[in-house]
Amino acid sequence: MPQSDLFQEAQRQLVVCNACRYCEGYCAVFPALEIRQTFTSGDIGDVTYLANLCHDCRACYYACMYTPPHEFAVNIPKVLSEVRQASYRRHTWPPRFGGMFTTPGTALWAAGAAVVAVVGLAFWLSGPPRVFGLHLEPGAFYQVVPYWAMVVPGLAVFCWWLGVWAAGGVRFWRETAGDGHAPPALGALAAAVRDALTMRWLGGGGPGCAYPGERPSRGRGILHAFVFYGFLAALASTTLAAIYQDLLDRVPPYPLLSAPVVLGTLGGVAMLGGTAGMLIAKARSDRAPAADAMARLDYAFVITLGLASMSGLLTLALRATHAMGLTLVVHLGVVAALFVTAPYGKFVHVVYRFLALVRYRLEQRAEG
Amino acid sequence: MIWGVSGQADGVGADARWGAAEEYHVIVIGGGHAALSAALSARQTAGRVLVLERAPLHMRGGNSRHTRNIRCAHDAGDAYLTAEYGEDEFLDDLRRVGGGRLNGALARFAIRESKTLPAWMVVQGARWQPALRGTLSLARTNRFFLGGGKALLNAYYETCRRRGVAVRYEAPVEDVLVAGRRAEGVVVGRGGRRGVGGGRAVVVASGGFEANLEWLRRYWGDAVDNFAVRGTPYNDGMVLAALLNKGARQVGDPRGFHAIAVDARAPKFDGGIATRLDSIPFGIVVNRAGERFSDEGEDLWPKRYATWGGRVAAQPGQIAYSIVDAKAVRCFLPPLYEPFQAGSIGALAALVQIDPQALLRTVDAYNRATAGNTAFRADVLDGLHTSGLHPPKSNWARPIDRPPFYALPLRPGITFTYMGVGVDETARIVDRQGLPFANLYAAGEIMSGNILESGYLAGFGMTIGGVFGRLAGRGAAMHAAE
Repeated sequence: MPQSDLFQEAQRQLVVCNACRYCEGYCAVFPALEIRQTFTSGDIGDVTYLANLCHDCRACYYACMYTPPHEFAVNIPKVLSEVRQASYRRHTWPPRFGGMFTTPGTALWAAGAAVVAVVGLAFWLSGPPRVFGLHLEPGAFYQVVPYWAMVVPGLAVFCWWLGVWAAGGVRFWRETAGDGHAPPALGALAAAVRDALTMRWLGGGGPGCAYPGERPSRGRGILHAFVFYGFLAALASTTLAAIYQDLLDRVPPYPLLSAPVVLGTLGGVAMLGGTAGMLIAKARSDRAPAADAMARLDYAFVITLGLASMSGLLTLALRATHAMGLTLVVHLGVVAALFVTAPYGKFVHVVYRFLALVRYRLEQRAEG
Repeated sequence: MIWGVSGQADGVGADARWGAAEEYHVIVIGGGHAALSAALSARQTAGRVLVLERAPLHMRGGNSRHTRNIRCAHDAGDAYLTAEYGEDEFLDDLRRVGGGRLNGALARFAIRESKTLPAWMVVQGARWQPALRGTLSLARTNRFFLGGGKALLNAYYETCRRRGVAVRYEAPVEDVLVAGRRAEGVVVGRGGRRGVGGGRAVVVASGGFEANLEWLRRYWGDAVDNFAVRGTPYNDGMVLAALLNKGARQVGDPRGFHAIAVDARAPKFDGGIATRLDSIPFGIVVNRAGERFSDEGEDLWPKRYATWGGRVAAQPGQIAYSIVDAKAVRCFLPPLYEPFQAGSIGALAALVQIDPQALLRTVDAYNRATAGNTAFRADVLDGLHTSGLHPPKSNWARPIDRPPFYALPLRPGITFTYMGVGVDETARIVDRQGLPFANLYAAGEIMSGNILESGYLAGFGMTIGGVFGRLAGRGAAMHAAE
């Protein structure tokens, strides 16, 4: 629905919540809601903030006596998902790419193009005999894709990714400033980091998410931890490899028990297992509290992550064979796709949800 | 006493086959807190327990889905309660709201049993949360359910499923078959057909009759058309009527009901907690003629809110208006519906169809009577009262003089009715001579009138449901085992 209608609808539902408040013990959204409203409607910033504070645990949906078919028609997880998706779109940069949040198909085409470009580039630079050759000596990977061809585009994409995330973050922070009463506090930042690392507000008030159905379960939180920490491990693996390479003059391929390989393997396996679990759970999950607009983004992101980990693990497994070259270029392509589209898909939730957590901790402190 | 069951199920899920000749040890009529407490309690010893919930799944649980806490005596505070709440104090609180008509023995029994109830509830799946902000007076005495009553019921239904308690939705019980002082079975209507089900013992936990407008009309006439029914539309007292027909003793004032003031724009049924209004103490309340009729500042709001339903019900047209000014805006919970708003009292009166001159006269007289009142405190009895005004306002009497001015329209919202069936101290229903039926029990609102015939203490309805549900379930299971 058009944005202003969406905000009005979200506001209407939040007014019901504010008059009821039974869900107060579930998560941060309700305490945050309660300090905001009087008779008049909140502004877009308030609703955007609350929507990004929501972790979609869905406990409130099953506890609510006003969900459809009740005439009050309250469905907080769904309407806040829609507001979230709209906010991703609104805060992205450049603004014309916001359409990717509505039609992730575009993002996937962009991702696919990135993969094809990388693979094509590798074949063009190295030639098929090299790509399909057997490379066992130190620097084996660079026989297929030269070092500079990995690093330069890699760094470019990396900066692009972080830059767009930062731009979006700044825009979100400004929009959700509200009355701006809360002074900065390091303790609030630390608390928000803790909330994020422990996925505290995915806990449904303690027993876990109401996912994939009504019964509370810790499963989704655990799957998310696998994916999140797996990703960090893979990132650490790449960073360590760069350090070995450039500072310690140790050239890949590294021994199986070396730190980069162990971290990369654990990270890849964790992400693969986590994303597979997420896809299975999502297919079985209750559609009623879900928003289609967000579900499309979720699938695109989870599948891309899964492919990135799968291709990485394959590259490792086949690195001493003729297939190494192909798996390597495909892996590089998928990773390129992942980061090129990172600012334009579900991956951005890292930024906005974290900033919402920071704002929450700041204002809780100010409230005393 | 085994009856064959006739009538086919209308096929609501795999669980819903009512066919096949089978007998249950315990049949529970109702699907709310009292009913599920009875079912889970019975299931601890009885093999086959059946719950008959007349509502569809999304409306299961009667009025329990609208509750938020339970009042139990306890010796010390814990993570969710600030301090102790002793049995004597609890009994005293009951006496004070009961207006002198309290069954002391049964009340004491309920209070004593309430001490062990929370731990038992946790075993059945209940989870707690700290008292909701803004309910300071309840943080010591009442335990709040995480997510409220519906979440509590969800956990209980899940426990029923895990433990093999059979549950049928859309299964209204139309009659209880009684021979002498024994219940022999229930008559259930489903999908236009009637089935008869046998059980060795029956627990009735089907609520009051507050949703039955035609029944209420017998006592209140057309005023009923101006009442809101705060909870489930399914509480029409069908089983209550059947039991009274079969000779059960009647307790409680037939005209009695508990009601609060809700927003007049609330839905006719099932508006729940969100439609209640807390603005009354912070302004004045006028009827549709623009006149005040009651002391808005008589006592702290938690002690008085339950009386305003009746006060509004007594006014012409069962309508009244809470009038506040800009100063009062932050003093009460944000209302569900936008209040009427205007820059002057006269314009506000026009918005709500009150004669502007009349309202102006009332507000002027009130403001004159509050001259000099400045030391206002919202959270305690501040003693800020009117002088020479009738009716007086005993606390929080500040002038209404700062625009914008707001009007919140009020109607009586009925929570439950008091009339029910008599029970003995084992939760067995008794007949008009006071003799218990052998295998027929009651729990919850249908028997709350045994303890309190009027007045209300927040959270006590759930206490009655839990205590007597647990008791009835145990008794029914023991009887079924004989």
